[in-house]
Amino acid sequence: MLLKRIIPCLDVANGRVVKGVQYVDHVDAGDPVEVAQMYDEQEADEITFLDITASHEERRILFDVVTRTAESVFMPLTVGGGVRGLQDVRDLLNAGADKVSIMTAAVHDPDLVGDAAVKIGSANLVVAIDARRIAEDAVLVPSEHGGGVERPRGASLAPVEPGQSKWEVCTHGGRRPTGIDAVGWARAMAEAGAGEILLTSMDRDGTKRGYDLEILRAVTDAIPIPVIASGGGGSAEDLAAALSDAPEGGHCQAALAASIFHFKETTVSEVKRKLLALGVPVRAPC
Amino acid sequence: MAASPPSVAVVDYGAGNLRSVTKALERSGARAEVVADPEGLRAADAVVLPGAGAFADAARSLRDKGLADAIVESVQAGTPYLGLCLGLQLLFDESDEHGVTRGLGMLPGRVERFPEKAADGEVLRVPHIGWNAVRFCGEHPVLERLPDEECFYFVHSYRAIPAREGDTVGWTSYGGDFTSAVARGNVVAVQFHPEKSQSAGKKLLDAFVGWVASCA
Repeated sequence: MLLKRIIPCLDVANGRVVKGVQYVDHVDAGDPVEVAQMYDEQEADEITFLDITASHEERRILFDVVTRTAESVFMPLTVGGGVRGLQDVRDLLNAGADKVSIMTAAVHDPDLVGDAAVKIGSANLVVAIDARRIAEDAVLVPSEHGGGVERPRGASLAPVEPGQSKWEVCTHGGRRPTGIDAVGWARAMAEAGAGEILLTSMDRDGTKRGYDLEILRAVTDAIPIPVIASGGGGSAEDLAAALSDAPEGGHCQAALAASIFHFKETTVSEVKRKLLALGVPVRAPC
Repeated sequence: MAASPPSVAVVDYGAGNLRSVTKALERSGARAEVVADPEGLRAADAVVLPGAGAFADAARSLRDKGLADAIVESVQAGTPYLGLCLGLQLLFDESDEHGVTRGLGMLPGRVERFPEKAADGEVLRVPHIGWNAVRFCGEHPVLERLPDEECFYFVHSYRAIPAREGDTVGWTSYGGDFTSAVARGNVVAVQFHPEKSQSAGKKLLDAFVGWVASCA
């Protein structure tokens, strides 16, 4: 039986972890490689680096971090943030990433995900979606002036039913709304060849108030590829809800968590023990 | 006199990340060398064919670089072979991925995409990504010392369907059972990634390197 995954996520800038890891003894502000090793020892199921570095020159530092991580941990590594095109995807895979996550570039270039799927295969390709809940009567129409966003093929433009919950895709770290319906976008990306969706609720991100279960299951139920829940996880109970296949659960195959592990009060192993007690099928901790 | 560590050629044909594979083999006591030409491959005590990515691209690249023939020759000469993920799929006759493409043809069978629906009619999410149990069966020196059942990390949309039942030495359940490990003589291959499977993966690579040392 395929188990549900718990994935610690590190925000990385200029080769350092930028939030979170001050808490860990021996690991100062956070060398991502050392933090990855710590999570490897705790038997995290995967690890994700999100590069929030702005400039192009600083990307070289990221490649070095990815390479050193791949050489020192024996668990899957996903890298995302600032991936601009197919060459970036290839470079990150060659540097040592196992999966690469694409967000803004997928919105700007509707062919990117399809091309990448043919060239490198779907299995290593993650499309990240940052979604924000909007008013139920809002109309989601991609603006011709909305940051150069063109209408993505296959993305639904408006909610099917008025009065339904809906979410809008945002880019640039959630700052730029695109007018695209998040559920339709997830469907379009799955059809284009994405291997996995990393779905972040911008309303919950960093709040530790729990995942937005409604958007998680709306997306998960609409597509035939795995979905990683992100945004709002603050406890083992929150992760269990996101991973639950019950009608009121999030129906996700994996849960990304940043803040929950960012204080030494808990570890991946401890969270997994709690998840097992809650009946969530995760890999037993060592 | 202590035996020198066995040399393992990790075949580089442009299919992504080799660092974890070489580091993991070194951790298990091998001298791992990334090899991109037929000569380097012939000199090694064992051949490891890793691989993530698309079957068609990989098969073409192996042929263009003259590596396909060199791999087949070394296997025929009795050199131990370990295939990882795509390195398992490439052993077979052909794959459906992006049109029918010929593989190395060392094991009879085909590589096909997972079905859209599981045996119970439920939607099967493809790719199959994550940790899943492998039930080992059959007898092979590399597998003998492993637990009967252990979780490994998978990430793939296609899986091999061997034509000979006896070639399957590991089963995994995803929408029904599929072949997750094969072995025949000096050829062993797994659909999962031991180099990404923490302590479970280390046990398998330890066993492989130990076996190579005993063959060398």
